[in-house]
Amino acid sequence: MSTSFWINGEQQTVDVDPSKPLLWVIREQLALTGTKFGCGISQCGACTVHIDGQAMRSCVTPVSAVEGRQVTTIEGLAQASGELHPLQQAWIEHQVPQCGYCQSGQLMSASALLANNPNPTDTEIDAAMQGNICRCGMYGRIRKAIKQTSVASQGEEQLFYSVAGVTHE
Amino acid sequence: MNKWTRRAFITTGLVAGGGLVVGVAMRPGNQVKDLAAKLGEAGDDLVHTYIKIDSSNVVTAIVPHSEMGQGVLTSLGQMLAEELDADWDQLVVEEAPAIGEYASYSAGRGYLMAGIDFSNLVIPTVDGMMMRVADRLNLQITGGSMSVRTTGVLAMRTAGAATRQMLREAAAQSWGVHDSEVTTENSHVIHAASNRREPYSTFAAQVAEMTPSYTPTLKDSSEYKIVGTHKPRRDIPAKVDGSAQFALDVRLPDMVYASVVRAPVPGAGITSVDDSAARAIDGVIDVIVIPRASVNNMLGETLSTEAVAVVADSYWTANRAVQELQVQWSETGNESVSSDTIFAQFNDALNANSERQTDRVMGETESVFANAARVIDADYHVPFLAHTCMEPLNATAVVRDGRAEIWVGCQNPLGFRRDIALTLGMDPENVTLHNHAMGGGFGRKARPDYAMQVAILAREVGRPVQLIWSREEDVRQDFYRPAVQSRFRAAFDANDNLLAWENTYTNKQEPIEAPLIPYAVANQDIGYVSSPMHIPFGAWRSVDHSQHGFFTESFIDEVARATGRDGFEYRAELLQNSPRHLAVLKRAADEAQWNRPLPAGRGRGISLQESFGSLVAQVVEVTVVAGQVSVDRVVAVIDPGLAIAPDGIAAQLESGIIYGLTAALHGEITIENGAVVQSNFHDYQAVRMNEAPLIETHVINSGYAIGGAGEPGTPGVAPALANAVFDATGIRVRQLPLNRFDLNIQAEETGAVG
Repeated sequence: MSTSFWINGEQQTVDVDPSKPLLWVIREQLALTGTKFGCGISQCGACTVHIDGQAMRSCVTPVSAVEGRQVTTIEGLAQASGELHPLQQAWIEHQVPQCGYCQSGQLMSASALLANNPNPTDTEIDAAMQGNICRCGMYGRIRKAIKQTSVASQGEEQLFYSVAGVTHE
Repeated sequence: MNKWTRRAFITTGLVAGGGLVVGVAMRPGNQVKDLAAKLGEAGDDLVHTYIKIDSSNVVTAIVPHSEMGQGVLTSLGQMLAEELDADWDQLVVEEAPAIGEYASYSAGRGYLMAGIDFSNLVIPTVDGMMMRVADRLNLQITGGSMSVRTTGVLAMRTAGAATRQMLREAAAQSWGVHDSEVTTENSHVIHAASNRREPYSTFAAQVAEMTPSYTPTLKDSSEYKIVGTHKPRRDIPAKVDGSAQFALDVRLPDMVYASVVRAPVPGAGITSVDDSAARAIDGVIDVIVIPRASVNNMLGETLSTEAVAVVADSYWTANRAVQELQVQWSETGNESVSSDTIFAQFNDALNANSERQTDRVMGETESVFANAARVIDADYHVPFLAHTCMEPLNATAVVRDGRAEIWVGCQNPLGFRRDIALTLGMDPENVTLHNHAMGGGFGRKARPDYAMQVAILAREVGRPVQLIWSREEDVRQDFYRPAVQSRFRAAFDANDNLLAWENTYTNKQEPIEAPLIPYAVANQDIGYVSSPMHIPFGAWRSVDHSQHGFFTESFIDEVARATGRDGFEYRAELLQNSPRHLAVLKRAADEAQWNRPLPAGRGRGISLQESFGSLVAQVVEVTVVAGQVSVDRVVAVIDPGLAIAPDGIAAQLESGIIYGLTAALHGEITIENGAVVQSNFHDYQAVRMNEAPLIETHVINSGYAIGGAGEPGTPGVAPALANAVFDATGIRVRQLPLNRFDLNIQAEETGAVG
């Protein structure tokens, strides 16, 4: 059975079991490997993608649930021009990744947060990010990078438009 | 075997296309034909690292270490670039391929050089992975916080300095000037008086004919321009856009996927398999029983017990089918073992105290305890811990035509190659191993069982197979940080002076100095008893320091508090003759404003731990409300001798602290019916953003020998936390994890103020 959806701005149709999790469709059928497998039960956040602009765990999302919807993965977070998302730039500036395995998921959670709430409080950051485990423990750096980006984004509302399906007034 | 010397052996040669190669050998007298050809002359040294300056003046260093998040390629590159005066922006540092030439002789050599002297804790020490050097032939290992201390110090610095010296001499000769007038900068040699400046590559041919000094003059640290400065890590850009290639990301034509399950009770084999339901699932290609296999290396035996794997056209399918397998596992005799029986067994072993071995005996404890005015005692316990690297264990292999090719992220590529060859009955030369950056390692990825499994699967299936362990398998089939019980006694005279320290614990592993204390206590008796378990043991970030740091730094706090003393001041008094330790401790107290009063319900605790050649002091601040502990702040000070990459050290400290805090707050693998109970992050919790404290790090560059960075941050957080909880509540936490500790009940029982 085939499912059609938009991924990083391109329409894709896959012929797979509709209950197959989006994570494995992305990694196996679409060969986009930036989205990671960490737990399979939505406990760690490594598989986080945007579905219509919301951060979702792709390991527990059947592909049938994204029929006709906009999916963005880490590969689609930068501008089409290649310019990195401000959070990706902040991640480099703050030297956030160590092993780096969880960072696709961290960035997708953080970018969805800022797209919906450009100036989150510490508590809001904690709430939005606590679904993403980093076993290298880079939480302090992630927090700093998000805060810097949220402040830097003031008055530059265009910055987050690259997140599919979300618009700001 | 030739005697090890303090010198690195360096050879030079030309490379094809013009350019210079400098090989750094760690063991003399070993013929390496493959590399000899690369060197352009008969090399008689085993080359550990090589450094190439090509015709376009690009410097490339090839090092035998794996990246698992610690930034090793950056810090090693800094050490080379500094002594070579190489252009940092043009410097390339690559991980060596898994071929024999790159065996980490320096790791074993570092151990031999250090010597183990129980009375001197300042010497660089290494962890257990380095202890059994007899097996060094297949060692290409990253662990024990050793990379900078061995390859960095012995290979990078020495080779860089020797090469720079030769380049200056070659330029001086060519220009007809004295070599003292020739300087170097950014991969160029310079003669200022005659306004000459040439790239290093100009003199490659001349240098290749020269004999390098084994003992070149190293720069004074005051001259450093690259070491000790912040250099952004080279691997980070690919880790923010999804392009970094982990082993899990390998994609091969015609590749299929596999999931696997082993017996819940470690050591059990298979009695029968009913795979009819699994095979009925659309997409399942095969169900394969992987036979038991065992390999031995310096880590000890790695037993990979029988397993059943499902191979399918999707990992999702394979893993679903694994759930449908009906497997009868054999009986091991351990089916009634539980965490409770294990701790009861430990307690019996400590009570029996038979065949006790000692780590340190100083003075005379027996009569001191017999005549003491006062004795306090305490038993401490820690549970088993799993590693839970973010990237679950996985590997991809092709085995055909008598050859094997494997893609894996591991901490010991050469050892894995050997173990895979052994498993398949091949010569190691017929196994090609591609090592990938790891999504966490923490000691787990030094064990080759997952790679051995995929090799068998690929051979049976006859096409490329990617084996991915489910998180459940990852949690339940680990080589665990062992559970330990540790028993203490302290003796005081009538004036509350500490006279004697006695400590007996269960099951010694590595590093051997982990249970030792730096404090001036005249009479000490530290030892251990054996109490074997069936749960497999493995190195876990900081290894035995992870438990003994908690035990000793908690009990010294008990000793201080028992005499009405402040934990910081008491330690400081016992360190009057250990200025390096004292400086680290005091700096942590200062930075944390130790004497600033805290409001009710808050507490502050301190710890000091020496491990892997570095000293770390930590001050933890907690808030305890209704028995719930939140960690507000951690102030950590490290003396690594010299911080090569200051931000890298800070990141490693932050990382080590969160790793240790996860264990202290949540970490517990429990055993029931002989098997591990936990299975995934819902029941084996990790610290998350909302629990992560503010961490402040400070570095003391003391000028002592360079210490490790990856592990020393981990051991001290649990005791500083427990001491802070005591400060806040008057309740002594002697068992981890803290979330199993009901501070409310304890408060009522003891009458302590919460």
